[in-house]
Amino acid sequence: MVISNKALRFIIATFVICLPFISMANPEKDTTIVQTVVAHEGAEASHEAHAEPTDVKSKVKAFIKHHVLDSHEFSFFQDDETGVHYGFSLPIIIYDNGFQIFSSSKFEHGEAVAESNGNFYKINHHDGKIYKTDAAGTITEDEKSGHPTNVRPLDLSITKSVLSILIAAVLMFFIFTGLAKSYAKNNGIASGAGRIFEPVVLFIRDEIAIPNIGEKHYKKYMSYLLTIFFFILFLNIFGLMPFGINVTGNLTITFSLAILTFLITNLTANKNYWGHIFWMPGVPKPMRIVLAPIELLGVVIKPFSLMIRLYANIFAGHIVLMSIIGLMFIFKSWIGSSLSFGLSFALSILEILVAFLQAYIFTLLSALYFGMAVEEHHHEEAHH
Amino acid sequence: MEKLINQFELGLFFWQVLIFIGLIFLLKKFAWKPILDAVNDREEGIKNALLSAENARKEMQNLQADNQRILQEARLERDNMLKDAREMKDKMVDDAKTEAQAQGQKMIDQAKAAIESEKNAAMAELKLQVSTLSLSIAEKLLKEELSNKEAQTKLVEKLLGDVKLN
Repeated sequence: MVISNKALRFIIATFVICLPFISMANPEKDTTIVQTVVAHEGAEASHEAHAEPTDVKSKVKAFIKHHVLDSHEFSFFQDDETGVHYGFSLPIIIYDNGFQIFSSSKFEHGEAVAESNGNFYKINHHDGKIYKTDAAGTITEDEKSGHPTNVRPLDLSITKSVLSILIAAVLMFFIFTGLAKSYAKNNGIASGAGRIFEPVVLFIRDEIAIPNIGEKHYKKYMSYLLTIFFFILFLNIFGLMPFGINVTGNLTITFSLAILTFLITNLTANKNYWGHIFWMPGVPKPMRIVLAPIELLGVVIKPFSLMIRLYANIFAGHIVLMSIIGLMFIFKSWIGSSLSFGLSFALSILEILVAFLQAYIFTLLSALYFGMAVEEHHHEEAHH
Repeated sequence: MEKLINQFELGLFFWQVLIFIGLIFLLKKFAWKPILDAVNDREEGIKNALLSAENARKEMQNLQADNQRILQEARLERDNMLKDAREMKDKMVDDAKTEAQAQGQKMIDQAKAAIESEKNAAMAELKLQVSTLSLSIAEKLLKEELSNKEAQTKLVEKLLGDVKLN
């Protein structure tokens, strides 16, 4: 590995420095929950969290619930006593009879009804989504499911997640173009900060792409595999930093990543791949008819499992980590709190491993599916 | 399940897909392609360098073998040359010796011949001298002998006596 000792030590040191921030800064940030018009109180257990949180336990619970959701503003922390929010507003872009563009500060952290060109919008506290309301901001809920019945306009806002993705994208762009440029400047040897990533790039090529896709076809998938690996890795690591970002633990993100793998797999698949799905060679003819729908289902299940795996791992990691951090404030005792602190510290380290592991697994499985799609027809009757 | 579906947010999906696909293409053009090309080039370079080093090593070995062979040949040649030279020297010495011997013999022979002829000449001279001396002695004697009659007669008689004996 080309990683110099100094850089490695620096990274480790940075992580270690960051960890206490996660553990200590998070509880200071507090819930953005405020009172809302809840038409049917107490219909579900989760509704309790949306009432004015009084004790620490429900505060923690509500905070965790809101942390894992996307948000229309970027808040670092909030003073509960004075109600002052520390953070910044993000632009809201709504397509509703033309684009309605305004700042999220109009919502006043979800408390107020925002007005734009005669339309009224309000953020619902259950799911953090924007609904169209009347001037008073009434949100009516469906009796059975508890979901609001208000119209949901097409919300193209630059949310916290979108901003995080943008930051990750810009960061990746600068790091890797910097690395690319350093080769030309330094006679084919990487220099600068980007060189930390060179072994990782080589690892993805030599250990993920080539063994799974094959020497012949791997080149056309490299850009996707490298981008997806670093994208997931960066966002996973962002999620462990003390800004309370949860991007890869968001189903929409993992869905979009999985659907890209799905599309690339099936659009680049060769005749052999489809032959194995619809008319499996090497099995009796009646079995082929039975196998076809199963195989066809497998085509969808593979990316679906990708989506769920990444989502569940990161989502669960955030929930558990925050719960244990929250325990510190619930215990409020020397023994319990310090135990929780130790546990959350250990778990944070575990989450760093998970961040790398999940990026690796997503990339590996994508490469595996691409490999299946371009596999040459060389084992005639030996298959299954 | 319904809760999961409710989490789906079209706006976020739109932005995510837009940014992500844009990111793939941007990075492909400005990062992944140059990085992978540079790494490939470097690997090719390393492979080539190793190969050429191996070749150079082999060449070196060949060269060393060649050198050894050439050295061996040179040594052999030197030995041969030395041998030749020694033989030639021996031959020359032998030749010189034989010639010298022949020359010596010839000179000795010549000397011998010269001595012989000198001796013969000396002998002839000596004979001449002796005969002359004897004649003069005889003349003197005869003169003396023949100075008195008696002696002359005696001699004649004696000589006649000798003739008779013959």
